[in-house]
Amino acid sequence: MNFPSELKYTAEHEWVKVEGKVAAVGVTEYAQGELGDVVFVELPAVGTVVKAMQPFGTIEAVKAVSELFSPVSGKVVEINAELENDPMAVNRDPYGGGWMIKIEMNDPGELDKLLPVSEYRKLVE
Amino acid sequence: MPYIPNTDDDRRIMLDRVGAKNIDDLFTPIPENLRVKRPLNLPEPLSEMELVREIEAISIKNRSDLVIFAGGGVYDHFIPAAVDTIINRPEFVTAYTPYQAEVAQGTLQVIYEFQTHICRLTGMDVANASMYDGASAAAEAVHLVLARTKRNRIIISETISPLFREVIKTYLSGQNAEIVIIPQSGGVTDFNRLKDAITGQTAGVLLAQPNFLGMLEDIEAAAEMIHKAGGYLIATADPIAAALLKTPAACGADIVIGEGQPLGIPLNFGGPLLGFFAVKKELVRSIPGRLAARTLDEEGKTGFVLTLQTREQHIRRDKATSNICTNQALCATTATVYLSLMGKTGLKKVALLSMDKTHRVADMLSAIPGYAPYFKGSFIRELAVKTPVPAKEVVEKAIDKYGVLPGIDLGRYYPGLTDGLLITVTEKRTDEEIELLVKALREL
Repeated sequence: MNFPSELKYTAEHEWVKVEGKVAAVGVTEYAQGELGDVVFVELPAVGTVVKAMQPFGTIEAVKAVSELFSPVSGKVVEINAELENDPMAVNRDPYGGGWMIKIEMNDPGELDKLLPVSEYRKLVE
Repeated sequence: MPYIPNTDDDRRIMLDRVGAKNIDDLFTPIPENLRVKRPLNLPEPLSEMELVREIEAISIKNRSDLVIFAGGGVYDHFIPAAVDTIINRPEFVTAYTPYQAEVAQGTLQVIYEFQTHICRLTGMDVANASMYDGASAAAEAVHLVLARTKRNRIIISETISPLFREVIKTYLSGQNAEIVIIPQSGGVTDFNRLKDAITGQTAGVLLAQPNFLGMLEDIEAAAEMIHKAGGYLIATADPIAAALLKTPAACGADIVIGEGQPLGIPLNFGGPLLGFFAVKKELVRSIPGRLAARTLDEEGKTGFVLTLQTREQHIRRDKATSNICTNQALCATTATVYLSLMGKTGLKKVALLSMDKTHRVADMLSAIPGYAPYFKGSFIRELAVKTPVPAKEVVEKAIDKYGVLPGIDLGRYYPGLTDGLLITVTEKRTDEEIELLVKALREL
């Protein structure tokens, strides 16, 4: 399974990609495989304040619905509106077109609490 | 009264099947010390003839002879005979809300058509398969906006049905929710008070169109106010008046709920009723209850399914805003048949006739000294009339002396309006019956 090494991970199967003060968030290849075909992703409005390891939305597959957890605290500055028409982008391209939200981080120090790829790989394999 | 056979053989077969020796065996899961050992304190069994006589003696106490000018949410509209004939077909009358959904294609199709009718009537994008009644639909709508916004204040106008308010209060007990009631002023919601009550913690505002006092509210203004604060507008709709009014959707409502009884369902001594529940598309995943949908099967043929079930009932029960898994199947079928028979034109005629007669009664009563419309403003087929003596007395005397139920004594629900009589005139009321009402009120 593909887990890019430049990303950080949560035990709830989200990934984070950091660009300056902004963190892009999505779910991992493992998560999309476990869920199966994604039919809906419920995302917060731009401007919503999110907290580390608190739910920010839900992901709905044919037979299951899961919460999405924010890896870091901050403000949502962008959401992937494409997912409304094409939720299966999460299945096809979890680290690219399947991204969900971008968060302007309050405290980049929180990133240290997330899992590096080696540890995340241990968790799921 | 139906005849339901229950022979010794029937009982034997049922007991054998579950492996019980006798009826008492069925109670063994209940601990010995909790079981009643003595015979129940019930009257002796009756023969069929005696039973019929006894039930008839009770039912004759109902005043089903009264001429009805009372509404207040449940209305005496005409029901074409075809409605009963169709819904009493065994396929309809026995069909409970579908549990093994996809084998019940006919039931799903009726629900789908019901939802479509409600969407057309309200202008909303999605309607559910129905709810118990308008009051529980209102309470579910309040739950939805509280959960969706994660706020705790809900604003309810005093002009919505007082019975709805009671049910909402019950549903919210035990939750950390603050209910703010906005008083009426001149028969409509006091918009100055409403404006002041809306805060950043307000999840939504609940108004009725027309309201319980019969008056038309400025739904658009209320929608604008609450939307600015990031909350939702819930509007109750009267399905008959809706045939004449701008749709709640066009007025900016996010959720439209209401009582569907006027759509072919008899008064039934107050129930069963029929709740309807419709939302804008963005709220579809938060809608309570069941949702039927039309789709195509593998061979490209049209079929019906229950859809979006993962939301509330099966997988995320603990996170759901509602766990209701049923609908009001037979009453929803009734409304569907009624609306199909009446059509757009027929429903509009019912509404126009009722409005015309209600306005005529308003004029006739205004000519009697001591009577006058209670409020100034627009109304459709229900209005509050000021009475020269307490309305309670007017109601009692009109029933006793004239066989007329002249309306609802508003003092029962609004302590300041004991001289208010809420009158509705449906298309069923004849000129003679209207004359009788006027005579009764004049002579009292």
